[in-house]
Amino acid sequence: MKRMVTAALAAAAFGLSGMAAQADSLKIGFLATLSGPPASLGVHMRDGFLLGVKQAGGKLGGLDTEVLVVDDELKPDVALTKVRGLLERDQVDMMAGIVFSNVMMAAYKPIIDSETIFVGGNAGPSPIAGKACSPYFFTTSYQNDQNHEAMGKYAEDAGYKRMIIMAPNYQAGKDSLAGFKRHFKGEVVDEIYTKLGQLDFSSELTKIAAAKPDAVFVFMPGGMGVNLVKQYAQAGLSGSVPFLSAFTVDETTLPATQDTALGLLSGAQWAPNIDNEANKAFVAAFEAEYGYAPSIYASQGYDAARLIDGALTQAGGKADKAKLMAALKDAPFDSVRGDFKFNTNHFPIQDVYVVKAVKRADGKYVTETVEKVFDDKVDAYVGECSMN
Amino acid sequence: MSATLFAVQTLNGLQLGILLFLIAAGLTLVFGVMDFINLAHGVQYMLGAYLAVAAYAVTGTFWGALVLGLAGALVIGLLLEVLVFRHLYDRDHLDQVLATFGIILFLNEAVKAIWGSTPLTLPMPEVLDGSFELMDGLLYPVYRIALIVAGLAVAVLLYVLVSKTRVGMLVRAGATNAPMVAALGVDIRRLFMLVFGFGAMLAGFAGILAAPILVVEPGMGDNLLILAFVVIVIGGIGSIRGAFLAALIVGLVDTLGRGFATDIAKLALSPSAANDVGPAIASMLIYVLMAAVLFFRPSGLFPARGG
Repeated sequence: MKRMVTAALAAAAFGLSGMAAQADSLKIGFLATLSGPPASLGVHMRDGFLLGVKQAGGKLGGLDTEVLVVDDELKPDVALTKVRGLLERDQVDMMAGIVFSNVMMAAYKPIIDSETIFVGGNAGPSPIAGKACSPYFFTTSYQNDQNHEAMGKYAEDAGYKRMIIMAPNYQAGKDSLAGFKRHFKGEVVDEIYTKLGQLDFSSELTKIAAAKPDAVFVFMPGGMGVNLVKQYAQAGLSGSVPFLSAFTVDETTLPATQDTALGLLSGAQWAPNIDNEANKAFVAAFEAEYGYAPSIYASQGYDAARLIDGALTQAGGKADKAKLMAALKDAPFDSVRGDFKFNTNHFPIQDVYVVKAVKRADGKYVTETVEKVFDDKVDAYVGECSMN
Repeated sequence: MSATLFAVQTLNGLQLGILLFLIAAGLTLVFGVMDFINLAHGVQYMLGAYLAVAAYAVTGTFWGALVLGLAGALVIGLLLEVLVFRHLYDRDHLDQVLATFGIILFLNEAVKAIWGSTPLTLPMPEVLDGSFELMDGLLYPVYRIALIVAGLAVAVLLYVLVSKTRVGMLVRAGATNAPMVAALGVDIRRLFMLVFGFGAMLAGFAGILAAPILVVEPGMGDNLLILAFVVIVIGGIGSIRGAFLAALIVGLVDTLGRGFATDIAKLALSPSAANDVGPAIASMLIYVLMAAVLFFRPSGLFPARGG
């Protein structure tokens, strides 16, 4: 019954706009943050996705693919307008991308309400993994807490007893530290919340030096992370206090931090050196195409395109949406991270690693796996999701 | 909270203050002397950093990057003056704000188109690459000391230029009554162009000096611009002395607030509540200070004399 209604609605929509979507082509609306200081994350994710489309000969699942890349400017209201435009004016078949969780939350409702399939490339806020989960939402990234949890587990396993943890004073920062504490059972000497966009960390570094913790954990995305990492090294703390982080030291910030970040640890579900055929081919092709080293955002974008390609092939096209969604759920593709399958909430069940910043023989700065922290990690919110 | 910790945090505060002064100096000069609101000051700071990074790739030394970066910042500043700003001197402040805001958007995008959106870096000069132990477990980079020295040097230079030289006298006279100065045979347009170019170069200088410790990325000047405005409002618009003292005050208030607000809040509140309240108060402090200054002394703490 529901499918008939959907079909009727779709027919009505096509009728109104006076054009029928072609059966042998695919239009994807790709939303990414491409302006402002955090633009490099969006650029990585977009480049990864477009590489996936290019490698499929411009035909995901054999359908002529058009990707409409749209900048959300990291503003939820702007994102909302642009998503409506993509859904109503451009009549896209699918949506993909989205770097930041606040944008994701704003764009989520119109996408899901219009019953458009969404394949996420980064943001994985907890409501979408839990209570507000939807059969139309898939993501090739992670649930937001995952990499913070991995570092908490790593710190616990490493036997650290006293730690200082630090994040910017906003929702994602608080979630990050909460995720870290889920597995870390030692003493948190100090929980430091900084201003969003902070430049100078002398005050915080002085606190760290005075408290002499066993290690620190930080979540400082983008330029804040670059400032912190440089100043951490310059204050001589890199040698004495181990630096654990998430979304702070990766291929988007390493070109700026370079040697000052060497040896710093992060949590991640992917690194360029993960040993499988798909990943080797991806890293080589990405660097040949764009001339810079891919980050986790690029790997997620690439996997999103590969997932769509595999699912369309398995479902025999886009015509039967229920069949396509079932195919997406099967994840019929070789993820560059190795093991990959979807949980009931359409978030990945995957391995999570501790990775370290290194300088490769060719002079590029990249991350490299140190050890696996979680095997087949399941996110903390799947129990709240009513899908099965 | 030991005395050492307090002393170190005070030094950190002064150091941040000097960095803020470097950025605010050019802004207050142009704003105060020419009565021109230049929102593009932040992107001129960014350009200085980017030009230095580009020059570093060519010359391979920090000093080469510094010289070429400064020259580039000056040239671009003068170009902007000729192309855009000189047509706005006689307009009201709203027009100036709109036009210079447009320049921010344009230059931020231009930088991204040329250098990409990935953050870049400028290495420290080797001579200043050392550090010494400030307290147990905390090193203080020599470069930061150099930054403080450079800030003090700029302060002295500006003071001498504006209040002791003939050019400075003409600039002050031009600010008070431009038509009269022009009538006395001084080319006021060229004078303003000089001031503007110098202001742009100061912004670029700040960007280059900040590049080894801060991130070089598109939009890096936007946040600092707000802080720079806070500084010149607190100090008194157009007053170099005011900008200097206000920058130190803002740096101190901000750093000490971040350093101790949470600990102080813990005296009265539970730890988790203190973690909510402390950072919120710390990040508001300088704006509260600015509001208080505007209320009690609208012309700033150290207004420019005369005028």
